[in-house]
Amino acid sequence: MYGGGFFIEPGKQEANAVADDPIKLAEFQAKIDRGDKIEAQDWMPADYRKQLIRMIEQHAHSEIMGALPEGTWITRAPNFKRKLALIAKVQDEIGHGQLLYAAAETLGKSREAMINDMLSGKSKYSNVFNYPAKTWADVTVIGFLIDAAAIVNQVINAKGSYGPYCRALERICYEESFHLKQGHDAFIDLATGTPKQRAMLQDALNRWWPPIMHFFGPPDKASIHTEKLMRWKVKLASNDDMRQQFLDSYVPKIQELGLTLPDPNLKKNEATGKWEYTEPDWDLFFRVINGEGPCNKERIDVRAWAEEHGRWVRHALMRKTEKTIIPFA
Amino acid sequence: MEKSLDPRVNRLDLQNAAGQPVAQDENWPTWEVFHQKKRGEHHIHVGIVHAADEQLALLFAKEQYGRRLKCANIWVIKSSNVFSLGYDDEDMFETTPDKIYREATGYKVRDKINAFKKSNKTIV
Repeated sequence: MYGGGFFIEPGKQEANAVADDPIKLAEFQAKIDRGDKIEAQDWMPADYRKQLIRMIEQHAHSEIMGALPEGTWITRAPNFKRKLALIAKVQDEIGHGQLLYAAAETLGKSREAMINDMLSGKSKYSNVFNYPAKTWADVTVIGFLIDAAAIVNQVINAKGSYGPYCRALERICYEESFHLKQGHDAFIDLATGTPKQRAMLQDALNRWWPPIMHFFGPPDKASIHTEKLMRWKVKLASNDDMRQQFLDSYVPKIQELGLTLPDPNLKKNEATGKWEYTEPDWDLFFRVINGEGPCNKERIDVRAWAEEHGRWVRHALMRKTEKTIIPFA
Repeated sequence: MEKSLDPRVNRLDLQNAAGQPVAQDENWPTWEVFHQKKRGEHHIHVGIVHAADEQLALLFAKEQYGRRLKCANIWVIKSSNVFSLGYDDEDMFETTPDKIYREATGYKVRDKINAFKKSNKTIV
């Protein structure tokens, strides 16, 4: 589901930049410019590897964490059909996490190290999952709008330069189309329902709008680092461009149902073709991502609990002689 | 701690959730998965699963790669049993498509037949 909100701290990367062999670097760039995909066994700049691991890993954690607020509602879905769809969707999200961990593993970071970094807070996941899904209407807003935002992000990233990540995203995007459709369907059921249902949906929309506006991350700072990631096709569109694309596709779909969004400045400027909006509160974004959100602790604790209590099963099945190697593709 | 919206979460003893970090190799080795869409077609590589043994690898591969679209069969092969050429040697294939004498299109018999018919050659 849930790529997006990757944020890169500039400066820090530039300070740690490793000097790469200039001849190899030129060959690498030529490959990308030709439109060739980079494969796991290819030479790649140290910073390319590092940024991709960081990005794919965040994406994988987001898929797994994203299943938690939705999973809460499986036992309380309003009817059997919605329950089946939600179970299927949550299973897909866990599967997406697996596919993405696999893509990151080809770059040389083990799955165990990624899980540990997430539990310690060193590695992040999408900020939206630090918020609670308070009512069934929240589930429909997540299923429709968060998935839609993730699709915008994933369709763009699928055109990137790293082969294993692109292949994983192609598979993910295919399944996401079902998520979006079932989310939209459930959203419409509430939007066209009783006054109470409509009020419940409007309330959920009001609460989720700030996190949704945060979803693509803060505006990219113009930096050598960002420019390099664009040239390497690690980053393919700026956070603001993706936000624009999302608003352009989905705000009309919300408004056509007679629902409102809690931002009086949100409107499309017909002259520029761009959406104007109140700049989201980025201080809040950073506070939440660094642990102050309403659900950060619960999410991490639940994951830690699962790792801790699943350990005996993993050990019981383990063959001591087996060593993990880096997978091929 | 604040109460969770999820009663299942409230039943867990989250105060003592965290334990040891996950040890290296604890998530089991990887298996490369090959998926056959329908009988008669090739098995195609689709990705990996982590599993303790081949039985578990097949079960996870079925869930991960066979729960959507058609699937007739799945193979799993331990990643450490796959051998591959390096991309560094990719240039050795460069002239392969140029070797026209190995292609059916490299032979233009009709031109020769037409030329022969025009020439009125006879067997002496």
